[in-house]
Amino acid sequence: MLGSERLERLADRALAMSRADETEVVLIVQDSALTRFAQSRIHQNVSESNVELRVRVLVGKRVGVATTNDLNIRSLRQVTERALQLARLQPENPELAPLPDPQPITQVTSWSVSTREFVARQRAQAVSTICRLANEKGLEASGAFSTSASELLVANSRGIRAYAPSTLAELTTVVMSADSSGFAQDTAIDVAALDAERLGREAVDKALTGRHPQPLSPGKHTVILEPYAVAELLAYLAYLGLGARAFQEGRSFMTGQLGRQITGEQITVWDDGSDLTGLPFPFDFEGLPRRRVELITNGVARGVVYDSQTAFQEHKFSTGHALPAPDVFGPLPVNLFLQPGSQSVDQMLAAVDHGVWVTRLHYVNPVHPLNTVVTGMTRDGTFRIERGEIRNGIKNLRFTQSILDAFRSTRSVGTETRLLPGMVGGIRAPALLIDGFSFTSATQF
Amino acid sequence: MKDIAQRALNAAQLRGASYADVRVVRQEWQSIQVKNGRVDALAQNESAGFGVRALVNGCWGFASSSRITLAEATRVAARAVEIARASSLARAAPVVLGPALHTVAWYETPCQVDPLRIPLEDKVELLLAADESMRRLKHVAVAEGSMEFICEVKTFASTEGSFIEQRLVESGAGIEVTAVGNGELQTRSYPNSFGRQQMKGGYEQILQLDLADHGEQIAEEACALLSAPQCPSRTTTLILDSSQLALQVHESCGHPAELDRVLGDEASFAGTSFLTTDRLGTFRYGSPLVTIVADATVPGALGTFGFDDEGVPAQRSVIVDQGLFKGYLMSRESAATLGRESNGAMRADGWSRIPLIRMTNINLEPGQWRLDDLIADTDDGVYMAVNKSWSIDDKRLNFQFGTQLAYEIKQGKLGRLLKNGNYSGITPEFWGSCDAVCGASDWRMWGLPNCGKGQPMQTAHVGHGAAPARFRNVRVGIR
Repeated sequence: MLGSERLERLADRALAMSRADETEVVLIVQDSALTRFAQSRIHQNVSESNVELRVRVLVGKRVGVATTNDLNIRSLRQVTERALQLARLQPENPELAPLPDPQPITQVTSWSVSTREFVARQRAQAVSTICRLANEKGLEASGAFSTSASELLVANSRGIRAYAPSTLAELTTVVMSADSSGFAQDTAIDVAALDAERLGREAVDKALTGRHPQPLSPGKHTVILEPYAVAELLAYLAYLGLGARAFQEGRSFMTGQLGRQITGEQITVWDDGSDLTGLPFPFDFEGLPRRRVELITNGVARGVVYDSQTAFQEHKFSTGHALPAPDVFGPLPVNLFLQPGSQSVDQMLAAVDHGVWVTRLHYVNPVHPLNTVVTGMTRDGTFRIERGEIRNGIKNLRFTQSILDAFRSTRSVGTETRLLPGMVGGIRAPALLIDGFSFTSATQF
Repeated sequence: MKDIAQRALNAAQLRGASYADVRVVRQEWQSIQVKNGRVDALAQNESAGFGVRALVNGCWGFASSSRITLAEATRVAARAVEIARASSLARAAPVVLGPALHTVAWYETPCQVDPLRIPLEDKVELLLAADESMRRLKHVAVAEGSMEFICEVKTFASTEGSFIEQRLVESGAGIEVTAVGNGELQTRSYPNSFGRQQMKGGYEQILQLDLADHGEQIAEEACALLSAPQCPSRTTTLILDSSQLALQVHESCGHPAELDRVLGDEASFAGTSFLTTDRLGTFRYGSPLVTIVADATVPGALGTFGFDDEGVPAQRSVIVDQGLFKGYLMSRESAATLGRESNGAMRADGWSRIPLIRMTNINLEPGQWRLDDLIADTDDGVYMAVNKSWSIDDKRLNFQFGTQLAYEIKQGKLGRLLKNGNYSGITPEFWGSCDAVCGASDWRMWGLPNCGKGQPMQTAHVGHGAAPARFRNVRVGIR
């Protein structure tokens, strides 16, 4: 870790070297470590340390970006010059937004000393705990335990100076028998919040309950989706259309739908980078504050997230959701929340006569983006529900389902939520009870 | 780089490593993206660093850093050793690497025109011309094109005495159009999906694509798809074009043949494999027409190199021979568990990540048919081309693919264009139903620059050669 003063000095130096009309400097420092285990043994144990400097320059209505991870003076000069040359070589873009002006940023805590100081031996001890729990039941454990400490500094020639350190810890395990498996996962800013014993027991219980899985015919079934599965659907919903770029290009399910009912009334989704129950971070990759954005409220489409460029095109303000430049994808929600409901998971279970319990989803991909149809498999804990109880494990099923349709058919939303990693950032989601979830084929295990 | 490598290896050995290797890597890459007549993104990037892998008490440790100095080489090597010692807290049998390797060599991608020396204006002009050709129709919402050029220089050294330097060059480009209308959204791309067709080699690869000549055609197809009938759901005969078949090979043969998956190393993330070791040599993977090889020596193919990231020479090996499952993609360590030797499949994404077993070029060997004859020989079925959607279960059995284009086949002729083409199946049943593979004249190499695997996630650039093929009794459409 380099610290704010050193990073600011580097940024100021790069800004001073730039001969462009406008210049932005982004410095990303990352120290990360990860322990992977399989067959109840550690098989991969790694650490990496990197610093990335990204320079974006504007010359009139032209933009260029150059990056390096070499921070000596000669390299700083080269990278700013390279960005300038790239900008000069291209045709003008009349719709190019200027770099943003500074805005007040409210700091939020996204840093934990214990995560920063966590070492390989401590990761190995947590892994040993999970392996012991699995071995005691004649099962095998696999998974990964990662910790990272990062710094982000954004500075631009209009006066933006934004700096924040952050940490992240994530523990995932899949425990397996010969014919079943169980999954558990947790993520947190503070590694001390991760409980290897609890996660290990959760995965072991699933693997034991799922033994001797029976086939189930595909078709439309009532499902209880655990937060792991719900978070996956939310991540794809965000990817498919909760960013302004897809919205403006007509590729989003939100295009032309603002103010209209697009899901059931029980569904409320927002993005909030300052909520301490998520993975908060105070600003985006343009140095603008992450604002809370109401995306879907009681089923009504409310808005999408913006960066400076997409906001400029609609004469709006950025919501602080820019990704690192050059960003061809556009802004993305990175701190998603699905509002919890009023039913415990036990109450949900009691309400299901015949149905399927889904722990998590695997290899989800869009089939029809505009209709939010995705396909994927169930995995690591799929069970038959009969008369309000989990009856037995079932062989995994393929689903092909519109996410919005699933959210329209949501009968109830769980009271408890879980913080989970998204494609980028974090997602806090409850379990959902959904009717008519579409399973289109089955596999052999 | 030799001094950095030497320092790291010495430091690892002094701290107790029984084996260590180091890779010092420098990457330069240029990305260009145009969209709707404007330059959307233009970036020139570089990244350099080194990674040290150390074996201590039979356990692995790996550490990497972007600071390429002698002092950092010592620190990072020490960290790799420390991590390896921590690994021994949860260990099983010690790692065995098999026979020692001692290779001193140099390899360079054959490259007629260095892509990073071509003026940027020429590249932008070519992409904008293609972009313009896609935007002449009313329903075109997004027209985009991209190029990516990568130059990677890497040095590998090991305590067994290997010292290998390689310079690998990639060039890639592609165009894509999205049409929106009638409550539909349809996408067409050229020459492949995934943003671009990527190959090993220079700018000559880009010029061969003739991007601008294909823009209008894919725009017309995307717009026609908006009002095309839905691909019906039924069980029928399916002919796949070579690019979709390339992805089918990737997902249903390449990944399940990775021996680390088979041994459980990816169990919690990407999954395991149905190609378990007890099936090696005896399992009927497909029909006798199906022969699939791993070949890292195909000229110009994306998965071609001189040596893998354990210093094993690039080579060709058989995975499926006339339908019979015969071999895996292997590392030194995993090969030793089967009493075999590595076939050179260990590759890392840049300097900061540990090598994993990755595909090289996984190719379906050509058969005898010509595509026209194959269609003429088919009474009733569907022809599908160019991937749009993909998904497969965590043992690589149940798959579902969507394609950009689908045409009905009636009495030996291509008929109506159908939208949302889709097919699904179980891997060995699907390959077992293959009754025709087209020949060398229809066979083509495809480059996939987006193969994800591992934690932390690594992206590999892999190749697949395939010719169109026919499959009987396949479920198409979604019920």
